[in-house]
Amino acid sequence: MRQRRNDPTEFMSLPITIPTQLRPLTDNLDIVEVDGETIGDLLKNLGKRYPALNERIFDAQGNVRRFLNVYVNQDDIRWLQEQETPVKSGDEISIVPGMQGG
Amino acid sequence: MGKEFFSYLKCRECGRQYPKKAVHVCEFDFGPLEADYNYDLIKHSISRQLIESRPHSMWRYRELLPIDGDPTVGLNTGFTPLVKADRLAKALGVKELYVKNDAFNYPTLSFKDRVVSVALSRAKELGFQIVACASTGNLANSVAAHAAGAGLKSYVLIPADLEQSKVLNSLVYGTNVIGIHGAYDQVNRLCSEIAGKYGWGFVNVNLRPYYAEGSKSMGFEITEQLGWKLPRHTVVPMASGSLLTKIAKSYQESIKVGLIDEQPFTIHGAQATGCSPISQAFKAGTDLIRPVPKPKTIAKSLAIGTPADGYYAVNVIKASRGGSEDASDEEIIEGIRLLAETEGIFAETAGGVTVACAKKLIASGKIPANESAVLCITGHGLKTAEAVAPHLPSPRLINPSLREFEALIANDTAVHAAAA
Repeated sequence: MRQRRNDPTEFMSLPITIPTQLRPLTDNLDIVEVDGETIGDLLKNLGKRYPALNERIFDAQGNVRRFLNVYVNQDDIRWLQEQETPVKSGDEISIVPGMQGG
Repeated sequence: MGKEFFSYLKCRECGRQYPKKAVHVCEFDFGPLEADYNYDLIKHSISRQLIESRPHSMWRYRELLPIDGDPTVGLNTGFTPLVKADRLAKALGVKELYVKNDAFNYPTLSFKDRVVSVALSRAKELGFQIVACASTGNLANSVAAHAAGAGLKSYVLIPADLEQSKVLNSLVYGTNVIGIHGAYDQVNRLCSEIAGKYGWGFVNVNLRPYYAEGSKSMGFEITEQLGWKLPRHTVVPMASGSLLTKIAKSYQESIKVGLIDEQPFTIHGAQATGCSPISQAFKAGTDLIRPVPKPKTIAKSLAIGTPADGYYAVNVIKASRGGSEDASDEEIIEGIRLLAETEGIFAETAGGVTVACAKKLIASGKIPANESAVLCITGHGLKTAEAVAPHLPSPRLINPSLREFEALIANDTAVHAAAA
């Protein structure tokens, strides 16, 4: 479904791993590729493609919901630059619900 | 029915309601689900007199615990001693001190017997045949024991490097003990996957909304044992942070249902320095919890690097104007010994954390010297004996001879003082 650009330097398309609970909203895709130079761009573009995802990912203030974690490779974006976190080719982005337990 | 005290599960974030099933996370925003009650009905149904007429167990407060029928598991759990700790109070420099001693809990000597009693009573109501948990040890002991007593099959998953006595105290009940090469948080993640796939009743995953409420009974008991009033200060050890939030909830509920009048209370948190994500967040003035990837502390029962209720715990502490401290391994050992030598109570390493952090909170004035406090001791010292053993002296050995005995005690000052 996704459309890869011919010139990879112009638009960077990165894979985002979608958690099981949100896959009904992404046509059951577990990985979706979207364009963007920051995490914020990627998430917004993801929301443009699958509008039902927006309210599930963002709270009313536009922040990523407290019990949803977004990782760039193994790092939580809360410890990077949140939505301003830059991404580069080869990065693996994942959306993971917060763990319960203990 | 008219007797539904426990109404439904509710998302702590968005308030969406869920039926009382084995679900623990909001489908919408992934927030944790929590039991909600018909407080008006409870208010008109319970009283101090009614509670006092019931057996001495945590089920004295059953209207405020999330099961539908009568409890079936853990009928003898709870109502542990609240010890007035005058000698420890003097040592720490505070006017009045109590130890809520869950090292004495039934049947497995830790506060986890409370949460498991509720989780397994509910598991039976929901029809589970197999129960399980991710544990740092105490929970595994309690699930294994209670499951055995209730005729349920159980699996307990623990980090492979736990204290030997905690492993043995699960194995003896005939449970399936599975050691995982990894830290608690990795065990926990695996359990989330297993719970989804196998349909078992994981007490601290899909049964967590029920399980967590069991901790409130510790707070209800403290309130009743103080003569139906709240302690001015309560010091609570934190792993996931759940116990701390639930003790606060129990105090609020006691007010809400009219068991006590509105009164101020302050809750303080205690963690081990080698795994103190909640205390660190509190000290940094944020409620954003930075996970600890590799916890390193002798207080293994508190070694949760990604505390599920950390955010809520920080906010409870802040709202009640409390403090949050952390204790090094040396301070933990010192805390265990101080509690044992002043009060005759042998606590596990988490108890050493609580005592050591209370000492700091008193020294810094967060707990003023002229006020009173309750320390929550959550597990027995025999469970973590190997952590303390290297720090204790060896027995002095002699032959069965009076002459040798007299030579031995010739220099013992205690004997001379007693004789004088």
